[in-house]
Amino acid sequence: MNNQDMVEFRWHGRGGQGAKTACLLLADAAFSSGKYVQGFPEYGPERSGAPITAYNRISSERCGIHSNIYEPDYVIVVDEGLLSCVDVTAGLKETGAIIINSSRTPDELRAHLNGYQGRVCTIDANRISRDILGQVFPNTPMLAAAVKVSGVVDVDKFTSDMEESFHHKFASKPQVIEGNMKVLKTSMEEVQG
Amino acid sequence: MAHLDRLSGNEAVAVAMRQIDPDVMGAFPITPSTEIPQYFAQYVADGLVNTELVTVESEHSSMSVCMGAAAAGGRAISATSSAGLALMYETLYVAASCRMPIVLAVSTRALSGPININNDHSDAMGARDSGWIQIYAENNQEVYDNYVQAFPIAETENVRLPVMICQDGFITSHAVENIELLEDAEVKSFVGTYEPKHYLLNPDEPLAVGPYDVTHYYMEHKRQQAEAMRNARAAILAQAERFEALTGRKYGFFEAYKMDDAELALVLMGSTAGTAKAAVDMLRAEGRKVGLVKIRVFRPFPMEELAEALKNCRAVAVMDKSEGFSACGGPLFAETRSALYDLETRPKAINIVYGLGGRDVAVDDVRALYDRLADIAATGETGPVYSHIGVREEA
Amino acid sequence: MIHAKDIHENSPWTKMTQGGEIYEPATSLLFNTGDWRTQTPVFLEKKCKQCLLCVPYCPDSAIPVKDGKRGEFDLMHCKGCGICITACPFDAIVWKEDA
Repeated sequence: MNNQDMVEFRWHGRGGQGAKTACLLLADAAFSSGKYVQGFPEYGPERSGAPITAYNRISSERCGIHSNIYEPDYVIVVDEGLLSCVDVTAGLKETGAIIINSSRTPDELRAHLNGYQGRVCTIDANRISRDILGQVFPNTPMLAAAVKVSGVVDVDKFTSDMEESFHHKFASKPQVIEGNMKVLKTSMEEVQG
Repeated sequence: MAHLDRLSGNEAVAVAMRQIDPDVMGAFPITPSTEIPQYFAQYVADGLVNTELVTVESEHSSMSVCMGAAAAGGRAISATSSAGLALMYETLYVAASCRMPIVLAVSTRALSGPININNDHSDAMGARDSGWIQIYAENNQEVYDNYVQAFPIAETENVRLPVMICQDGFITSHAVENIELLEDAEVKSFVGTYEPKHYLLNPDEPLAVGPYDVTHYYMEHKRQQAEAMRNARAAILAQAERFEALTGRKYGFFEAYKMDDAELALVLMGSTAGTAKAAVDMLRAEGRKVGLVKIRVFRPFPMEELAEALKNCRAVAVMDKSEGFSACGGPLFAETRSALYDLETRPKAINIVYGLGGRDVAVDDVRALYDRLADIAATGETGPVYSHIGVREEA
Repeated sequence: MIHAKDIHENSPWTKMTQGGEIYEPATSLLFNTGDWRTQTPVFLEKKCKQCLLCVPYCPDSAIPVKDGKRGEFDLMHCKGCGICITACPFDAIVWKEDA
């Protein structure tokens, strides 16, 4: 096994926010672009609001490792409130990045990241979702930001795959497809850091 | 023509079930196997299968439904985990002794005390002596492939035994990974049509199934079951050969990974084998002669073949993902050490109990085991034969 | 195919059916369980009104019925439980004396 180009993601969210779904969508997107993928949640006694973790491994060869990810390349924090209760930068590679759902700037947040020296990115996923969809669904913006920042999937390919997937997923309510696509594109433009 | 997809282990099993289109499913949900009947119920609702889905009030009943269906002459399936498998306990023995080729998907999970929903093998190990064939998988691909092979093994005339297709709960059951699926027609043709010789719905042959067995007959029937389990060895290899011809994917009783010149080896089952292979690759890159044996078929146990695979090793660590509470090692260790006994010269052997209740095992944990084996090989001293890893000790 | 009549207490395991399956009906005809009996019922035909209440009560189907009428006991299968004696409203079944 030679997984030199393997990229590892760790998702932190709260039960009900869709972090696991976003994790599986990232696996879908990477699969569609010809990659080998793993997408798996770490299960505990999750209930709505409890902190949850999910993981992705993405590479050009099959990965047989079935442990959790301890030294991720990217960490995605779907809920800013987790910064005070979960060690989100644990093991995070300095060559990678952390992407946080927040209205604050990367510089403002760096002080809360246990001295993490790598790239810090933020995106106001809640606002983007509320403005465009009228409701807070932070997982689609966070997925878009993860794709943009990591470059693990070609952005254009990702956009067209997601559009197709929305057409499938929302076949019975096509009126929401346009909004979701706008969320996706806006998020890739607005992610900072 | 292979079809590339990305599926969780549970969905992979459900797809295999859909492709086989069995006659009856006895369904009762329990984490982490719940998704299997959930996906399958959708296939039933969508008319993609002709299966009679029977929702019941307990796992004792779901296996009883399977037995009724099997006695009637149908193909019967179910899925379960942990306490659900324990609640089937009595019926597992009945299904095996009535020689019913039922296939049960098990997403393995700790069997309670204290309650825990995460993975280990204590549920399936509790059923190891029930007379079922047990086949374990490392990942979603293997559990799919094993499932497709299950009915032809179970229905082999001199076997007629139920088969448990096991995968690690959550770790592979809920992990989405790439997978190569067969075309529906390929699976249907591989599995074939079930033509039981004797069945209750045959009006031309009145049949009694499962009669009371007095002392004068019981042991003869157990001896028959023992013979059927021995016959299962050839059936498992025969189906693996057919499967390889179809897919190019090779299966046997176990996978010997980089064992040709290995001096230090692990013996283990399930998803951790993939993690351990990564450790083997790293150590091989450093020039160390290490390998592993991943047991696929636990029942029947491939005793002679395993001894042959390990005979040139100097030290072996057997990894048990269940306690066993023998106070001297887990069930896989007991079988493996027994297999080594017949060798003229035996490797040193230790037992490692790991991963209970979802305790994670990383590549470095496995590397450390090879270091321990290297010490044993160098000094000839095994140290503690039976120990646990990944457990907190006092500093 | 192995028939029930060929299976007995000296049959080797290789000469028995898988799972103890029995591939024919009426195999109780092969087994004399009447000799388990310690007491024997007697059918008094003159007192019998042919109500047939004894028939469904008999646990061993040892009361044959032909053309709507019961006949003599099938003593190869009657185990002498006496339920029929209790069930009969007309005292048409009694225990055999000095049995």
